[in-house]
Amino acid sequence: MILPIVILVVKIVVLIGILMGGFAYTMLLERRLLGFFQLRLGPNRVGPAGLLQPVADGIKMMNKEDLMPTAADPWVFRLAPVVALTAALAVDAVVPFGAPIHLFGLTISLDIANPSVGLLYAFAFSSLGVYGIVLGGWASQNKYSLLGGIRSSAQVISYELAMGLSVMGVLVMTGTANLEKIVQWQGAHHIWLFIPQIIPFLIFFFTAMAETNRTPFDLPEAESELVAGYHTEYSGIRFAMYFIAEYVNMITASGLAVTLFFGGWLGFPFLPPIIWFLLKVGAFLLLFIWVRATLPRFRYDHLMDFGWKVLLPIAFVYFLGTAAFATGVL
Amino acid sequence: MATDTPTDLRSALSRDTMVINLGPQHPATHGVLRVRLELDGEKVLRADPVIGYLHTGFEKTAETHTYQQATTLTDRMDYLAPMSNNLAYVLAVEKLMGLEVPKRAQYIRVLFAELTRIASHLVWLGTAVMDLGAMSLFFYCFREREIILDLVEATTGVRMNPSYFRVGGLAYDLPEGFHSRCQAFMDDFPRWMTSFRGLIEKNPLVEDRLRGVGMLNREQALALSVTGPMLRATGFPLDLRRDEPYCFYDEFDFKVPTRTEGDSFARMWVRIEEMYESLSILQQVLPKISPQGPYMTADRKVALPPREEIYGNMEALIHQFKLVSQGFPVPKGEVYQGVEGPRGEMGFYLVSDGGPRPYRWRARTPSFYNLQSLPDLCRGELVADVIVNIGTIDIVLGDVDK
Repeated sequence: MILPIVILVVKIVVLIGILMGGFAYTMLLERRLLGFFQLRLGPNRVGPAGLLQPVADGIKMMNKEDLMPTAADPWVFRLAPVVALTAALAVDAVVPFGAPIHLFGLTISLDIANPSVGLLYAFAFSSLGVYGIVLGGWASQNKYSLLGGIRSSAQVISYELAMGLSVMGVLVMTGTANLEKIVQWQGAHHIWLFIPQIIPFLIFFFTAMAETNRTPFDLPEAESELVAGYHTEYSGIRFAMYFIAEYVNMITASGLAVTLFFGGWLGFPFLPPIIWFLLKVGAFLLLFIWVRATLPRFRYDHLMDFGWKVLLPIAFVYFLGTAAFATGVL
Repeated sequence: MATDTPTDLRSALSRDTMVINLGPQHPATHGVLRVRLELDGEKVLRADPVIGYLHTGFEKTAETHTYQQATTLTDRMDYLAPMSNNLAYVLAVEKLMGLEVPKRAQYIRVLFAELTRIASHLVWLGTAVMDLGAMSLFFYCFREREIILDLVEATTGVRMNPSYFRVGGLAYDLPEGFHSRCQAFMDDFPRWMTSFRGLIEKNPLVEDRLRGVGMLNREQALALSVTGPMLRATGFPLDLRRDEPYCFYDEFDFKVPTRTEGDSFARMWVRIEEMYESLSILQQVLPKISPQGPYMTADRKVALPPREEIYGNMEALIHQFKLVSQGFPVPKGEVYQGVEGPRGEMGFYLVSDGGPRPYRWRARTPSFYNLQSLPDLCRGELVADVIVNIGTIDIVLGDVDK
């Protein structure tokens, strides 16, 4: 009986390790790539080609003074970054990183939990992340933070519906909300779901960018408008938590997009499944970075218009079409 | 708000608005501008610019400087377009003195004034788009500006505050090989501009953020003394280079780009087109500048004598001594001279009492007048638009506060 628990704990530790390492090197990759996009070199001093930069950053963040404004609500102020980070990490529990592996007669699936409603779980936790931002913005007692928090809550209702609807087609086609089974369905039918579901995939990608507060949807932090938005007053390790949460969200969103629309770990057999999964996630991360280097920011009323008047109707119509097709009405 | 009296508190509570200070330390105010915003949600009810954080008292300082020395103060007002300020000032003094300046020196002044305009508009383009949230263009624009600054550095030895134009001509001659370097820049520039425009004009997000934002109509613009690209974006084609030519600008063939919308998009369009017109002027003026020739007036009462003459010629030594220790006297009178700077009409009003130092030295800086339009531009718009408006007014705080 003890063995499953040991395996579970090991998996959790490994996953958090992967996510933290993933965060550190996604950040480094982003900084180096943005550097190249912008005719700079990016950080290249610490270690070979700057590879130890995340270590230096981590040490710096931990040693920075942890400031809190006098007027801030101390409990909520401390709690908010934890909420953001926990929600970000928790989503990844259900993302299958690879096909189940067989080891010493045991079958180990490469996710921590495999609930039948995995997709719902993922959406629920990724939506919780916004509480970290709203609470942080509110508790800081700073007007810029407050505006950032308000923008974030306005943003979340504008895109969450479209995001939810965009994956409904996948559910209808595969008949399951279990992420592992969705991947297996794509393997069994020899088709990656982005082919029949290209428009929902694009909607999912847009809304995922909004979910992760990345350019062009980085309204809650909008450094040229709101100084740093919801994390204006945060410093040291609490700021780092928000930062980690943003990058983990990016990885998670890429992981979900790969799982739902790009066949998860499926790939040609000359590479192990987990490598395929990571490669696909990496490609999405590059796309995130490329978009950031190119695009300006949406205005927040335009974003709401876009979410409600464009994305939501399209997602809904496409979902109805998919449903009609799948049930044989069409 | 512990210090508020009960009545203040009650009136503050009865209002549903929030007052927020945008600046003076803020990433998007391009210096130390403070804008006091009254917000209803994110909607701006009032936007009052509060200026003076960079006030340096140049106008008073200049009264203690000789006319030639005061040139260096003009660089430091609009530090992104120092040569335009130099030009307005030295033209004003020359007008008052009735001084003849060699034509070659005037052409070189035109050349650098237009290079400065391009450099200044490039900084504006990069920062305005960065205010929208797109970072990369900023770096591309600065790379092009570097080439212009390199040309300036090769000529004057400094990059930011060259004080290159002097009363009577120029401080130094052009360096060797300047023509080919300048030509290389002119050949490359349209190619870069095409790629910049690709990032801006083919991007629906940029248009979305700029169209209809910060509307200013022609009547408002004229009432507020707005000049430069901001005025031309409202459809009023005022350009001092064409309307009151100086430095032989009437010899050059160039258009004055105008738009009628008066919004941020029109302002961006006008400035981008102006860079092409400046380039066209550069192409016309560069062949007219002979590699050798006079660059300073021959009037020894104004220009320093050449060094070799000082050692052998008594008269030259006296001139040198008088000019350095006292400066030259300027006839009694007053004068105004405006030039078309990158931001608008840059003008100087000088009063002389006949001595070697100005009695009154007044700068009409374009940013100061253009910034007055900010409350009108921002009323009823969103916080994000305030940033866009500050960006497309194109202020330089040194120019506003002087």
